Amino acid sequence: MYAIKVRQFRKRYGDLEAVRGIQFEVEPGELFGIIGPDGAGKTTLLRALCTLLLPDDGEILINGLNTRHHVADIRQIIGYMPQRFSLYQDLTVEQNLNFFADLFQVPEDERRARLEQLYRFSRLGPFKKRAAGALSGGMKQKLALSCALIHTPDILILDEPTFGVDPVSRQEFWDILRDIQRQGTTIVVSTAYMEEADLCDRVMLFHQGRILALDQPSALKAQYRFPLYRIEADHLPEMQTYFAGLSGVRFIQRFGDSLHVSFTREPGDDLWQTARDQGLQRFERIAPSIEDIFMDLTTREEHESVEH
Amino acid sequence: MNISVQTRNLTRRFGRFTAVDRVTLDVYEGEIFGFLGANGAGKTTLIRMLTGLLKPTEGEAQVAGFDVWGQSEAIKRRIGYMSQRFSLYEDLTAEENLTFYGGIYGLRRDQIEQRKAILFEHVGLQPFAGQMTRDLPLGFKQRLALACALLHDPPIVFLDEPTSGVDPKARRSFWNLIYQTAQLGKTLFVTTHFMDEAEYCHRVGIMHMGRMIAVGPPGQLKRQYDKSTMQEVFIALHQSSEEAA
Ligand SMILES: Nc1ncnc2c1ncn2[C@@H]1O[C@H](COP(=O)(O)OP(=O)(O)OP(=O)(O)O)[C@@H](O)[C@H]1O
Ligand SMILES: [Mg+2]
Repeated sequence: MYAIKVRQFRKRYGDLEAVRGIQFEVEPGELFGIIGPDGAGKTTLLRALCTLLLPDDGEILINGLNTRHHVADIRQIIGYMPQRFSLYQDLTVEQNLNFFADLFQVPEDERRARLEQLYRFSRLGPFKKRAAGALSGGMKQKLALSCALIHTPDILILDEPTFGVDPVSRQEFWDILRDIQRQGTTIVVSTAYMEEADLCDRVMLFHQGRILALDQPSALKAQYRFPLYRIEADHLPEMQTYFAGLSGVRFIQRFGDSLHVSFTREPGDDLWQTARDQGLQRFERIAPSIEDIFMDLTTREEHESVEH
Repeated sequence: MNISVQTRNLTRRFGRFTAVDRVTLDVYEGEIFGFLGANGAGKTTLIRMLTGLLKPTEGEAQVAGFDVWGQSEAIKRRIGYMSQRFSLYEDLTAEENLTFYGGIYGLRRDQIEQRKAILFEHVGLQPFAGQMTRDLPLGFKQRLALACALLHDPPIVFLDEPTSGVDPKARRSFWNLIYQTAQLGKTLFVTTHFMDEAEYCHRVGIMHMGRMIAVGPPGQLKRQYDKSTMQEVFIALHQSSEEAA
């Protein structure tokens, strides 16, 4: 049995079709990532998995239970952390954690070990006695995450858990997710950090209410068949304008201190020669990252929907 | 080059806790200055002092030539501030939000109308002017929040995590907007947890437990610490500071 099974799920808001008849499954114990542009419908999808909204069409089964008929049973199975999780601002860090541990009836011995691990990741140990309202934005987010992770549900659903979390803590947070997964929990997580998508067993790229791609990160990368180059230049903005004017360029984007350009077919030496005259310093063929694939597929989709 | 923000040993304590610890910094006109740092490092607290919203405990700072100790009202008129959770009114339309902020900044009706037209064009929001803010995707809310911060045409703009939660494509187009804003001669402060964005700044400052532990152009910091990306520079600096602490 699948942990999650989604069949022909559709959701409309007025004229807008937020989810357009999608279909997918999540295996028990899987760490399943969802990426997609803002407004793609990720939150709608995650809320539907938690029974917080019902499909207009189609069905969602959680451990075989239909979200239409088994709301109470499903909520027993699922732990959900919404995008804006509300902490008790007047309670201290410690009181918030204890509150949620009590709410989820976490046994005492388990609680101690988990709290220790969560304090290590969140670095909130020295601030146990501080009111949640006086924490920095990212510290609040880490406290909210810790409250959500204090128990171990069968299925854990996290909507952008690392919003505003710093790079070091993000790494440690993913270590904890892996730990929770090893205890048998199925995890569905959405994120705006593409390097996090790489840490999932499978990733779904969700765009305008449709699934654009769904596979293991390594498979998504292996399937990408367009030549992709990393380019260094004296003046990146000018180089970007130059490549944007060429035909046969699929997408061009800045990545840190370089440009990534993908071509419909392998460019010839003459292209590189002319680019050198325009200030190109170095170029090398590279393997795509999830971020490249995201940029490529979403850019394509938009062009195609404009052309239609 | 003219200095637009200058601090000397700027410090802020909350009770016995020191959130910003003797920060000394010069930022020049037209610069895009990035603030990096772990959660709780003191970035927002530092920005709030520079915007005149929070009094320092000790130290000096001048913003646009005015002193944070006695001239915070003059400072507020010369800075734009986009806070970490942008404070837009969800149940107003995009356009109404701008009008509302125009009122706060004390602009006249005709000035507001004129600035609104310019800014909707600048941030690319015209098609959404009449939409309810709550229905805008995050990437557009962020553009609207920027427009609100630019309404009174301030020379200095503080953007606190403008791209958190924003997808890769919308982040890049927001950075194009930051560049266009800098080209108007404005000074921009930007905080971010996306390390690739650090590369887009003219200079970055890295904070750790209230201290400014490194300042420089990204290229120079990478050479200095012998790393190939700002992500690696950040992690190395963070680790060595944790060990030292
Ligand atoms: N009003 C307050 N009372 C007590 N402590 C406070 C108060 N405001 C901020 N702090 C503390 O000051 C420190 C710095 O917070 P600040 O918001 O400046 O961090 P930050 O660098 O912006 O972090 P983030 O990346 O999470 O936004 C934190 O430890 C925070 O809890
Ligand atoms: Mg902050």
